[in-house]
Amino acid sequence: MSWKPVSWFLCLALALAPAAWAAEAQSIGADPVIEQRMIKLSEELRCLVCQNESLAGSHAELAEDLREEIRVQMKAGKDDKEVINYLTTRYGDFVLYRPPFKPLTLLLWFGPALFLALGAGIWYFTLNKRRNLKETPIDEKQLAAAAHLLEDNK
Amino acid sequence: MKRWIPLILFLVLVGFFAKGLFLNPREVPSPFIGKSAPDFTLPVVGDANATFSPADMKGKVWVMNVWAPWCVSCRQEHGLLMALAQSQTTPIVGLNWKDKQREAEQLLAQQGSPYFAVPDDLSGKVGIDYGVTGTPETYVIDQAGIVRMKHVGPISPDIWKEKFEPKLKELGV
Amino acid sequence: MIPELGHFALIVALLLALTQAILPLIGAQRGNLTLMAVARPAAQGQFIFVVIAFICLAYSFLVNDFSVENVARNSFSQLPEVYRFTATWGSHEGSLLLWVVILAFWTTAVSVFSRHLPDDMVARVLGVMGLISVGFLAFLLTTSNPFDRLLPAAADGRDMNPLLQDWGMIIHPPMLYMGYVGFAVAFAFAIAALLSGRLDAAWARWSRPWTTVAWAFLTLGIALGSWWAYRELGWGGWWFWDPTENASFMPWIAGTALIHSLAVTEKRGAFKAWTVLLALVAFSLSLLGTFLVRSGVLSSVHAFATDPARGAFILGFLVLVIGGSLVLYAWRAPKMLSGGGFTWFSREALLLGNNVILLAALGAVLLGTLYPLLIDALGMGKISVGPPYFNAVFVPLMAPALFLMGIGPLARWKEASLPDMVSRLKWALAISVATGILLSLTLDGFKPWATFGFAMAMWILLTVLIGFRERLKNGARWSSLTRSFWGMQLAHFGMAVGVAGITVVANYQVERDVRMNIGDHTELAGYTFTFRGTTEHQGPNYRAARGTVEVSKNGKMLYMLHPEKRIYNASGMPMTEAAVRPVLFDDIYVALGEPLDEEAKTWAVRVFHKPFINWLWIGALFMVIGGFLAASDRRYRIAVKATAPTGAATQGA
Repeated sequence: MSWKPVSWFLCLALALAPAAWAAEAQSIGADPVIEQRMIKLSEELRCLVCQNESLAGSHAELAEDLREEIRVQMKAGKDDKEVINYLTTRYGDFVLYRPPFKPLTLLLWFGPALFLALGAGIWYFTLNKRRNLKETPIDEKQLAAAAHLLEDNK
Repeated sequence: MKRWIPLILFLVLVGFFAKGLFLNPREVPSPFIGKSAPDFTLPVVGDANATFSPADMKGKVWVMNVWAPWCVSCRQEHGLLMALAQSQTTPIVGLNWKDKQREAEQLLAQQGSPYFAVPDDLSGKVGIDYGVTGTPETYVIDQAGIVRMKHVGPISPDIWKEKFEPKLKELGV
Repeated sequence: MIPELGHFALIVALLLALTQAILPLIGAQRGNLTLMAVARPAAQGQFIFVVIAFICLAYSFLVNDFSVENVARNSFSQLPEVYRFTATWGSHEGSLLLWVVILAFWTTAVSVFSRHLPDDMVARVLGVMGLISVGFLAFLLTTSNPFDRLLPAAADGRDMNPLLQDWGMIIHPPMLYMGYVGFAVAFAFAIAALLSGRLDAAWARWSRPWTTVAWAFLTLGIALGSWWAYRELGWGGWWFWDPTENASFMPWIAGTALIHSLAVTEKRGAFKAWTVLLALVAFSLSLLGTFLVRSGVLSSVHAFATDPARGAFILGFLVLVIGGSLVLYAWRAPKMLSGGGFTWFSREALLLGNNVILLAALGAVLLGTLYPLLIDALGMGKISVGPPYFNAVFVPLMAPALFLMGIGPLARWKEASLPDMVSRLKWALAISVATGILLSLTLDGFKPWATFGFAMAMWILLTVLIGFRERLKNGARWSSLTRSFWGMQLAHFGMAVGVAGITVVANYQVERDVRMNIGDHTELAGYTFTFRGTTEHQGPNYRAARGTVEVSKNGKMLYMLHPEKRIYNASGMPMTEAAVRPVLFDDIYVALGEPLDEEAKTWAVRVFHKPFINWLWIGALFMVIGGFLAASDRRYRIAVKATAPTGAATQGA
């Protein structure tokens, strides 16, 4: 029996095998749509064990656990609001990078607009004042004295 | 008058900063204070047939200490917990958090266990339900199952005396 | 020996700083020329001694002297030499020493380039800078001595944080500090003006180049920090509104308002109170940043080892310096006379509008950064304020400022008419709006923010070009355009480039997170990424799993990328070294996540396509060049030449 065809076949099989296994890479989360939703949401959440990183970017173990938990919740059909609620009942508002809109944060959310309004007011009043400012008339005597001084210095 | 505004604003800020020096920006208060302790049923370390649930403790004031065999700070408070288990009556339940290497049973056998029960939270899900971010963290839960206090970090004799004892007394222990 | 020499040098520097601060300020009050003349030599002497101290610390790092505590905590014997050098400023103590060196450098520069200034002004400026040096040197020597010994010496160091082992570490901190600390010059000029009671256009002319150069350095420092974070942190982001980032951005916003306000004070003698206040605010924000990052009141990735005791010292220093300057301002403000009048839509009015908007934006950033602290201090709980807030609030605020940037340079001083402006600009406006809408529609469907961003970028570009056209009308030659004009145009153009870059990358970037086995491929933005596995790689102070990713397009292999996952020897800390392929129009960015199986054959890989992201930093570069160019304008240098020893003129005659 000739081994040649068998060995050829084996080589071919071995050469093709990786190609059979190598494939389009799978997304980390089983479902790419859920994955996108999860990433978007966790970008707005805080990693609780890091100094100041988002839940999306952190490599910490608790962060991975929480990302997995969010995937599970989303697969169970929960919408973003419900997932956020799930996390805030357990960790408080601290976990949200987007501060919730409540009486406590009214100043925070309206502040910038207030600053702008205040600034606009200052702009308006300053301009009103400046518009009517008359130029001080040139004092002829001072002008002559200045010319004199310049002559002296030559 | 408005020339004094910048200075006034600055001094107000300084007041906040001065207060801020005494605060820890990373210490997060627990949203469970005053709320029911989340329910769970977990197997117990060291006994294949038993389970533990907070409902088991209704009617008693109890302390839940979240710990892990791999946690270095937990070793620090272990001695105190052993002493407390002897010296006082409030049961201490030790939630074994994310013990992937399955070391809890052996560790407690070697070093002694201060715990009334050791529920095994392998996945960490119960921890998430309680808002745990690391170990050790300790909760005080009252007779009705309401969370009354949470302490983050190892318990020292001073902390027990100043934080825990008054609270336990308040709850009627 | 060397560390002790460094320590001693710091003490001498402190004594010289005290001399530099106290004597000239008294001299200026009393008109005593001898006391005032102490300023220059004292300042220059102080500079020499802080540099000696710096060299001593750097030397200790370079020779691995682990008996110095700072070296033991922040360095490692296997650390490459260049990083051993940069470790000099990698810690709280070391970076404060860098602060002091750079402050002394600026002080010396002022002492050299101020021959044309009145003696009492020089004395006051150098004196005030001396006071600041005293504060920092005292802080260093009492609470943060970089030369503290560790006895017995450590066998080896604890290594530098791997995130800092990048050449961004070599230039980002020095450039940032050159900017931050440079605002001390503007601050000192403002205090000098308040003390002397002389606040006029000449004062503005003297302060302006110093302020512009400091601003340019700060722009460069911030841009470098952003670029470094992008390459180094592995999640593709370039700005996180982290408290430390904000701590550098707030002085920048104030500085931008300041350089524009100085323009008005110099040209028209108006806005004096504003300009002085802005000069005080800009540097105060620099000091505030120093406090926030080192005191532990805010949580930040960037914070140095936090220590409330040190925080208390800095806070006390802040109260003295900022509080003192604001008291002086309140006391002297009524004495400052206002300048001439101007009408709606004049350049002054538009610049005032610009400043108002910038200050509102500054207020917003400050509010967001400090709000968690405010709420906590009032006992009302803990909240977080992060990128979603800042992005939501900052972008709409900056929008009108970008629009004004187009009109301002084209408006006339004192008086301008609206119909005239409209007729000059109507085509530019129409083209900008059309560009915004068309680009957005053709790229990925209508996106309102993308439309707006494109429109603004085009608007600024067109108005810059119109600016050139109008100046060159009527036969004027290119050579007649001043550096000041070029600087302004380049800086505004840089802003347009930056806005375009941000608009594109924020709206059109894509990423994918996949698990890749050897031979697996994934597609993104028309590119195909094929994972070829990892190899073990030994670095000078780390071990790495070095991945190979082939990037191809339409079947043709373009290039290979090598993202790494490193474990550093001394600390055991893992770090992601992303592989970035920067091109003018799009970056391909690949980062290795975690190995997903035991043999590390399958990895989590994150792939990004970041279009136009480099335009951000290219735009910033244009702003920096514009700033330096404007500061080197002839009119600032002529003043120096004209007051060269008048003896020369009489001799020649």
